[in-house]
Amino acid sequence: MSGHWLTRPSTIRRLWIGFAIVLAVTVLADLRVEHEAHFAVERWFGFHAAWGFLACAAMIVVAKAIGLVLKRPDDYYERRERD
Amino acid sequence: MTDLLAHPAVVMLVGALLVGATRGVPRAAIALLTPLAALAALWRLPADTVWTVSWLGYTLTPLAPDALSRLFATIFGIMAAGGALFALNQPSRLELPAAFVYAGAAMAVVLARDLFSVFVAWELMAIGSTLVLWSAGSELARRAAMRYIMVHLAGGMLLFIGIAAHVHATGSIAFEAMTLDGPAQWLILAAFLVNAGAPPLSAWLADAYPEASWSGMVFLSAFTTKTAVYVLMRGFPGAEVLIPIGLAMVFYGIIFALLENDMRRILAYSIVNQVGFMITGIGIGTELALNGAAAHAFTHILYKALLLMSAGSVLLMTGRRKCTDLGGLFQSMPLTTLCGTIGALAISSFPLTSGFVSKSMIASAAGAEHLFVVWMLLAAASAGVFLHAGIKFPWFVFFQKDSGLRPPEPPLNMRLAMILFAALCVGLGIFYEPLYALLPYRVDYAPYTAPHVVAQLQLLLFSGLAFFVMLDALRRTLTITLDFDWTWRVLFPGVIRLIERGATPVAMVLARIVRVAGRAILTAGRTLHAPGGPLARTWSSGTMALGMMIVLLGLLLAGYLA
Repeated sequence: MSGHWLTRPSTIRRLWIGFAIVLAVTVLADLRVEHEAHFAVERWFGFHAAWGFLACAAMIVVAKAIGLVLKRPDDYYERRERD
Repeated sequence: MTDLLAHPAVVMLVGALLVGATRGVPRAAIALLTPLAALAALWRLPADTVWTVSWLGYTLTPLAPDALSRLFATIFGIMAAGGALFALNQPSRLELPAAFVYAGAAMAVVLARDLFSVFVAWELMAIGSTLVLWSAGSELARRAAMRYIMVHLAGGMLLFIGIAAHVHATGSIAFEAMTLDGPAQWLILAAFLVNAGAPPLSAWLADAYPEASWSGMVFLSAFTTKTAVYVLMRGFPGAEVLIPIGLAMVFYGIIFALLENDMRRILAYSIVNQVGFMITGIGIGTELALNGAAAHAFTHILYKALLLMSAGSVLLMTGRRKCTDLGGLFQSMPLTTLCGTIGALAISSFPLTSGFVSKSMIASAAGAEHLFVVWMLLAAASAGVFLHAGIKFPWFVFFQKDSGLRPPEPPLNMRLAMILFAALCVGLGIFYEPLYALLPYRVDYAPYTAPHVVAQLQLLLFSGLAFFVMLDALRRTLTITLDFDWTWRVLFPGVIRLIERGATPVAMVLARIVRVAGRAILTAGRTLHAPGGPLARTWSSGTMALGMMIVLLGLLLAGYLA
């Protein structure tokens, strides 16, 4: 299917490349920016990038683990409230 | 009597009556003008306005606005105006009047300065919001409304007991900063936290709000939780216990939103998440933190309403609410997609949006107080907001796989409401001085410094990277996730059923014992008193005398021993 230009694989590849460039620029900006730094970690190169990524990865993993215990079919309550 | 209309909340209540009584063009005109009239009334109040009313020997102060009151009443008015515009084509004739009562009551809470007036407005808010929910008309919504009002009446009861005990102990009904030095103040705090959506009673929010109509949830998202933020700021600024509670809300919201499949329930959990940021700020309690919390409440109402307007548009035009049924809508709803995405960027505190100029104050306040752990967690949570709301919501609703749905854009009034709020979200992100001027304390803060912007962009963009790298783990499934409401929807009814079932055999044994004992007593009575029975027959004089002697001897013995 031809589809919308945004859904074409070539567009998506270009978007990924663009995204990678933007990511690199925001990290490299650390070289030029003097962080005011209440804490030492703020001065580490790429700290916010690493922390943002790791925190999100951790939250996804925790959510997955909680989901194993607490997920139910989505008619769970309807079925219970019917009887 | 007309003097009463100087109170913005009274304007809203009168407007509610008029909207309920009219139809067609006059109704639309009144619906749009009422919130604007309330805003005009608010800003025409002289700075030193104090209304007092004597009641049962107490002096009530239903209207005495300061900067904090004005900030919250202003955003409530703007919200009511935008919500009314969005809801003009809502067929329910109950929803909009109920929403105006709800908004008016929220204004009354923030404009009053005594605990009694706050309590009355607080309860009126519960009634208004329940009616908004109820007016959706579905069986699911009615059930959710009943659960919702139960939790809020329970919260209201806590508040009532707390206020009664507080007034008894201090002799003052003034609503001002309290210290947590007795059960009264803890009860008041607990009641406030119920409405803020703090665990464990938090589940009312994600349970009830998504059952409202496509326009109802837009109203519901704004008033209850933000009024709670206001009363916490007024009553408990700097109460340290609020820091862990706020952080718990922040992460609870993120985790549950990540697991959620219902598009509006994702946004409901993200309300808890955002209110968590505000409550953390209130707990930090410095002027910068309180300004940040107040500013964030203001901006949050706008972008959360915008997000829910885009979700409401999708719901109205497709009739679907689950991420698993949606996707690819950007092709036929470009404006809704754009507005939803602006809301998503604003909630993520992207630079140049309203969220950035407000939330960064709270993180900076944590830094300035050298609260390292709090600061680190807030940074992680900022990334998490982008993850659960900033990308997840627009991605699964408007992009991802193509669902094949090609719904048209929603009606004009809904599009205009979205454009208005999107403009406010971007506008406040760039021209933030008017907002800063409204804050309760003087603002000495520059949001757009290079370090702030770079740090925030790194957090957000790498959060985005994590999202797309781990997309498989985030795939939506046809599931719900059990929350605390499971206890009152399944556990408690189950326990009661169990008790009933267990009680039946016990009751049967008890009944048999009663029956057998009763029969024995009857038989004994009959034998003793029957004609010729031991107590009924004629005794001889000798037996009689013997009996008397035994009794007298017994008495003598008793007297001797005693």
